[in-house]
Parts: sequence; structure tokens; C-alpha cells
Amino acid sequence: MDAFLHQVLAGLATGGIYASLALALVMIYQATHLVNFAQGEMAMFTTYIAWSLINAGMPYWPAFLLTVGIAFIFGILIERIVIRPVENAPVLVVVVVFIGLLVILNSVAGWIYTYTIKSFPSPFPAEPLFGIRYMSAHQLGAIGVTLAVLAALYVFFRFTPVGLAMRAAAQNPVSSRLVGIRVGWMLALGWGLAAAVGAVAGIMIAPIVYLDPNMMSGILLYAFAAALLGGIDSPGGAVLGGFAVGVLENVLGAFVIGNELKLSVALVLIIGVLLVKPSGFFGKLHVTRV
Amino acid sequence: MTRKHFLILMILMVVACALPFLVSNYRTFQLTLVLVYAIALLGLNILTGYNGQISLGHGAFYAIGAYTAAILMDKLGAPYWATLPAAGAVCLVAGFLFGLPALRLEGLYLALATFALGVSMPQLLKYHRLEAWTGGVQGIVIAKPEPPAVLIDAGLPINADQWLYFFALAVAILMFALGWNLVRGRVGRALIAIRDQHIAAEAMGINNALYKSLAFGVSAMYTGIAGALGAITVQYVAPDSFNIFLSIVFLVGIVVGGLASISGALYGALFIQFIPNIADEISKAAPWAIFGVFMIGFAYLMPTGVAGAIRLLLTRRRSP
Repeated sequence: MDAFLHQVLAGLATGGIYASLALALVMIYQATHLVNFAQGEMAMFTTYIAWSLINAGMPYWPAFLLTVGIAFIFGILIERIVIRPVENAPVLVVVVVFIGLLVILNSVAGWIYTYTIKSFPSPFPAEPLFGIRYMSAHQLGAIGVTLAVLAALYVFFRFTPVGLAMRAAAQNPVSSRLVGIRVGWMLALGWGLAAAVGAVAGIMIAPIVYLDPNMMSGILLYAFAAALLGGIDSPGGAVLGGFAVGVLENVLGAFVIGNELKLSVALVLIIGVLLVKPSGFFGKLHVTRV
Repeated sequence: MTRKHFLILMILMVVACALPFLVSNYRTFQLTLVLVYAIALLGLNILTGYNGQISLGHGAFYAIGAYTAAILMDKLGAPYWATLPAAGAVCLVAGFLFGLPALRLEGLYLALATFALGVSMPQLLKYHRLEAWTGGVQGIVIAKPEPPAVLIDAGLPINADQWLYFFALAVAILMFALGWNLVRGRVGRALIAIRDQHIAAEAMGINNALYKSLAFGVSAMYTGIAGALGAITVQYVAPDSFNIFLSIVFLVGIVVGGLASISGALYGALFIQFIPNIADEISKAAPWAIFGVFMIGFAYLMPTGVAGAIRLLLTRRRSP
């Protein structure tokens, strides 16, 4: 029982990180109906920036905040420069551009920082917090940071004029434009926020999986599974999906199929959800008129 | 096919046959790989270019083909040439089976599902219960095929690399001829109709489900045969050489070579084989940066790829 509880809690910790990345995917999907295959690499790249800042002698939390800010601008730039020209292009072209972006970010990170695996500091103490022996302090801290980010996003989208404008732009671009919302900039803002959330996820997972240019490919897969499980157009669903996938992955990996096949859990989940319930648990059902 | 096309094809054949005698063994090996990639790209192009189903996981089928060949040769002592039909058959079934659920997925979702397949493939190959067959992380080393004794006895100065090249060339010609016939016939028109207007295609009596899963199966078969041929060429299979980046390389190949084009597969194969060689001199990461830039560049500027550009150039010259 102890071991089981331990795995569930560890799953919640990584699940929070999947939830953040899934949320970033959902934000971009809601705004543009595109699935950002480069989301993981964007997070990886910004994590490297955080590593550089920390290594340059900056204290952890200022470096953290600065990185999130850089990621935000980076996301906006990518939307403006790379994604905007293909906004209305066929799906294949969009996928090719995303994959191109993934490959470029991956190789540039490898170019600048080499492919050797680096360790990444954790801001949380080594001994367990509050005497909780089931979780390490970093796991608990990661859950805390994730929940804080989620709460901040909720407040932003629910209670601020900009958040409202962004939701309007995603839901009904034409009418939003008519009431004076700059839809194009709202999309860019959405990309910026998604990149910032991704950066937080990257920084939180880096102490666990270590820093290397390919660290995110598996995590992105779990995030995909999480987003699909919750419904790709439901932010709340993505968060729940993230925690569910994290727990499922850990428990199945520890007790059923072994750690070697963990990624296949994501594969089976993705294909299973798409087949059985393509709208996920909380997503809207889409009906196409012929 | 006009007379002129036939002439060009003949000249190409002569050049292709002469090449291995003019260049070093290492170059011959590289050219063999070009042929291997060309077959794989043709397979992916049938699915993505002609049928419009996006696959980001074709490296997985390449891996299945490669492992089928390696296991047959290493564990069962099968001759190298016999592994190709076997790999093709295994991948046809695997592709068809994967294509069945993929039927319900369109566009981005199919890309997602195949992406997941591509990412998780190395882990599946490393799985310890399969280790007796797959050799686990170490993979399998296979012997290089020798040129047949008949040729040696006849006094032909042919070494193993050259023989393998000609073997691959023969397979490639066969596969290209089949592919060319497939896409310009009834089946090919059905595939293109489904890509462009699947509802209209359905209304015209095309069985969308059948053709789409068939396209998946045939595409996987091509890629699997390429995988088997590739395994024989490099004499080695290991799980980590079949990661998601292999699938992405294939995507780069068809985008650069030209979507929905038979000859595009060859241009794409030349590109993915030789560009990394040139770029490697700059940095280890450079080939991928260049691949990425080319992908985005082609998507923006030349969506029909090299093949499309050549076609455009030829028609412009003909009608000034």
C-alpha cells in the first residue's frame, strides 16, 4: 500500500507538469485549432535559457521569472514570424512548419549547449517538506508551482478584460473583430502565454529528467495524451487529464507493464481516446455539416 | 510515356548502372542508401502526398521492416533477398491494421497518433520480453551479402558493395514501376479524389474506408521493404536508430522532393542522404538546423518541392 501511495503521489507531481504542457497545447488549439508539435521543444529551449541564467550567477527565482518573461516574448515572436503566414494553409503545411520548428529548436539547443546531459537545480530543499515522507520536496513544490500557474491563468482568463478579449477572439473571431478586439494580437498573446506556461513546465521537470535537447519528446507525448483525454478544447479537462495521465503512467509503469514501456501507455491512450471518444471527457463534440 | 521521357529514363539507367564503377566503395554504399530512402519516401508519398493522410511515424514501419529482415537472417538463416517480401508482407499487415483505427482520424489527429507511434517505437523494440528476438538495446548485427558465385565465376569484377547497389537498384526500379502504375491508374485516382474531396469521392462510389486503409498498408509495405533493404545495407539494426527523427527525416524528404510526385522521392532521397554529409562539417547539430530551415522554407515558398519546381521550369520553357 505504501509503495502504491508513493507511486500515485509521484504521478501527481509529474502529472502537474504534463497538465501545464497540456494546458499550453489547449490554449494554442483553442485560439487557432492547431496542435503545436513544437511545444515541447519550446519548453526545452527556454529551460536552457534558465540554466544559462542560473549558471551566470543569477539567484533561482529571479532567473525563473526572467525566463518566463523571455518565453512569453519568444512565443509571441514565433507566432508573428513563423506561424502567421501559414494560419490558413492546409493542415499538412502547418504540420510541416511545426515539425520544422521542432527540429530547428532541437538542433540549435544542441549546437549552443551540446548534447551532453546537464543537471538542473531544484529550488526546493533536499529533505521532505512538512515531514511528508511520501513525496520529495521537489515533487511537492512542482505541484505547488503548477497549481499556482493554473490558478493565475484561471484568474487571468476569468476576471481581466484582456483575458475576456482572448476568449472572445478564440470563440468567435469575426464578431470579436467587429467589437474592436485585435484578434491577430490576441492569438499572438495566446502563443506567448502558452510558451510561458511551457517554460514553467520545463523548469519544473528538468531536475527530474535532467536537461538535454531531447528531454521533452516523451513529456510532449504525455501532454498530448493528457490534452486528448480531457478534451483538446477544454482547459480544465487538460489539467485533469494531465494529473490522470501522470498517475496512470506511474502506477502502470511500477506495477503492471514495467518502466520500459511507459511511453506506450501514452501511445495507447492517444489512439484509444481518439477512437473511443475523440472529444475527450470534457471536450465539445464537433459535428461537421456536409 | 512519350519517346523523350523514355530516352531520358534510359540515359538515367545507364548512368545509374555505371556509377558504382566510377566512385569509391563508400560512395557506392551511400548511393545504395539513396535508393533505400527513395523507396521509403515513395511509400510515404503514396500515403501523405497522394492520399493526404499525414504520417509522422513512418520510421516505425521502416523499423519493423528492418527488424523483420534482421531477425529472419540472424535467427532463421534466411537468405537476404527473401527477407524483402517477408518484410513487405509484415509491414503491409501492420500498416493496414494501424490504418483501420486511423480511418477515424483526420489531419492533425492522425499526425498526432502517428507521432506517438514514432516516439514510442524505440521503447517497444527494447522491450525485454522481445529481447531474445530483437537483441534488446544492442540490436542485431547481420552479415554482408556476397555477390552471387555465378557472377564471380563469369569473371565480372564486382565487389559486395557494388552487388548490393545493383540489388537495391533492381528493387527500387521494381517498386517505382509498381508505384507509378498504382498512382496513375484507377486506385491512384481514387486516392487523389479522397485527398481532395472525400465526401464527393464517397458519393461517386469510392469506398473511402477501404482505400484509406489500403493506402496505409501499401505505404507501410514500401517503407518496410526499404527498411529491410536498409538493414541489409548497413548490416546492423538497433532500436535508437529508429527514433522519431527518422520519421521526421522522411517527412523532410517528401516535402523537399515534392509531395504527390514519383520522381520527388528520388530528389528527396538524394537530399536527405547528402545534405547531412555536407552540413556535418559545420557542426553536429547543423544538419538538423538545415533540415528544419528547408522544411519551413519549402512549406512557404515551394509547396510542390523540387519535383514541382522542375515541372514548372519545363512547362515554362515549352510555352514561352
